[in-house]
Amino acid sequence: MTSTPDVPPAPPQSDPGAAEITTAFTVNGTPRTVGADTRVTLLDALRDRLGLTGTKKGCDQGACGACTVHVDGRRVLACLMLAAQCDGREVTTIEGLSREGRPHPMQDAFVRHDGFQCGYCTPGQIMSAVALLREGRAGTDEDIREFMSGNLCRCAAYPNVVAAIKDVAREGGDHAHL
Amino acid sequence: MRTFEYVRPDGVPGALAAHAGDAATAFLAGGTTQLDLMKDGVLEPARLVDISRLPMRGSTTTGAALRVGALTTMEELATDPTVERRLPLVREALLLGASVQLRNMATIGGNLLQRTRCRYFRDPAVPACNKRAPGSGCAAVTGPARMHAILGVSERCIALHASDVAVALVALDAVVEIEGPGGARRVPLTEFYLEAGGRPEVEHTLEHGELITGVEIPLPPEGTRSGYLKVRDRVSYEFALTSAAVALLIEDGVVRDARIGLGGVGSTPWRPRAAEAVLSGAPATPEVFREAADAAVAGAWTVPGTEFKVELARRTLVRQLRTVAEVTR
Ligand SMILES: Cc1cc2nc3c(=O)[nH]c(=O)nc-3n(C[C@H](O)[C@H](O)[C@H](O)COP(=O)(O)OP(=O)(O)OC[C@H]3O[C@@H](n4cnc5c(N)ncnc54)[C@H](O)[C@@H]3O)c2cc1C
Ligand code: SF4
Ligand code: FES
Ligand code: FES
Repeated sequence: MTSTPDVPPAPPQSDPGAAEITTAFTVNGTPRTVGADTRVTLLDALRDRLGLTGTKKGCDQGACGACTVHVDGRRVLACLMLAAQCDGREVTTIEGLSREGRPHPMQDAFVRHDGFQCGYCTPGQIMSAVALLREGRAGTDEDIREFMSGNLCRCAAYPNVVAAIKDVAREGGDHAHL
Repeated sequence: MRTFEYVRPDGVPGALAAHAGDAATAFLAGGTTQLDLMKDGVLEPARLVDISRLPMRGSTTTGAALRVGALTTMEELATDPTVERRLPLVREALLLGASVQLRNMATIGGNLLQRTRCRYFRDPAVPACNKRAPGSGCAAVTGPARMHAILGVSERCIALHASDVAVALVALDAVVEIEGPGGARRVPLTEFYLEAGGRPEVEHTLEHGELITGVEIPLPPEGTRSGYLKVRDRVSYEFALTSAAVALLIEDGVVRDARIGLGGVGSTPWRPRAAEAVLSGAPATPEVFREAADAAVAGAWTVPGTEFKVELARRTLVRQLRTVAEVTR
């Protein structure tokens, strides 16, 4: 993914008032520059300009969590953020979770526990779950459900999502004892 | 979405200058209200002034008050140690609002200024909305209504102010700190909002182009118990049908100080002073709580879809008064 060349500014829009802005930010550890209409959201910049289509567009209105990414280490919704607001920031998407070609433990756990059906909400669920562990909020099933409530799943894979997160939380605990 | 210019000035003076009271300019903080409504075509600014990196973030405790910078996020304030220890009602109101993702983006200043969730307001295809198009009527009064207000409303507008944390903050007599071209001023939050009965399009006393720089929250006396109860259609990640922020100081079974905020019912974050008056100096008993709840919703104005809220609001307040009071026993 990191070898994808930066995409040049979009061709001039028919929209006469369109304003262009150049945003330089880090995406999954690689510096990127996007020249785009000021209206372009982080979500559209990632998907349409940088070819990172792992981040999904569900509602495009802040209601479903499918577009969850990390900006400067915090989970946010890419659909309610302008790309321009991310100038100088560090963005992590689902494509940036793996290490040395190995999936992130949370990705493994979702596969192991069947934490999805159609998979559309899954990148957002996983980005949220990784942040949840970092926030120290995976202590009880109740906490996991509450602090994952911003990620909706139309397939209702919720019980398996909770099981996957618990599994990783437990492993993390074990690692801490090593 | 209409095209717009995006600017990110340095410093508060730069932001005020970039806005300059221009009718077509808007501030952008977390963007979770502003961008959402721009996508819906409800807001159409020609210029956005991004204030999110101005030095107005974080909180400090000075004596009897917590001062919160306007750009502090909901998540940051919810996990603030002073809030955790002294302001459980604020913490709970924050944590029961939106989702973690949204709370990481949303700022306290933006939260106070969030717009109503009235679905007719949010849909420019609906012609009748006095708030969006003054003088056009109110689709909610005749159309199906549910997530609407019953206090501080009129047939001109029944829009709800949907903030949770603002409900806790009005109960605590928080003060809004403002800076504008004309200098700095402070306004009690209870006087900041304007009820929808008058001109629905004017929601607060902030002038266009003025910046909220912070909020000062007086800390209740030691020994005060408090909490926030939110009743909603689903367990999490949903706006309130009704809610109650309650802070009580009880000595020997008698209420010495009562502070109440009601959510889900008002065109503004609602402070039912009549209910506080019933409680003040009275024994902390369920009968008194019920009397206070009756006083809290007196004067409610309903449409067919919102009638249920009168009794629900009463019960929400009684339940929360009991919960908070019983903690001291
Ligand atoms: C799906 C969803 C669910 C939600 N659920 C809840 C909930 O349960 N409870 C709840 O309380 N809220 C909820 N919200 C609302 C959310 O809390 C607000 O959108 C948020 O707090 C607004 O803050 P912001 O920083 O994003 O503001 P922005 O969107 O950036 O700004 C909002 C408005 O305030 C103005 N503004 C912002 N900051 C300042 C300032 N410092 N000075 C002057 N003007 C300013 C902007 O110009 C704009 O008009 C929800 C929102 C969404 C999208
Ligand atoms: S309730 Fe207010 S905001 Fe909703 S349609 Fe009526 S006038 Fe508009
Ligand atoms: S696509 Fe962003 S929250 Fe649904
Ligand atoms: S797996 Fe289908 S939406 Fe979650």
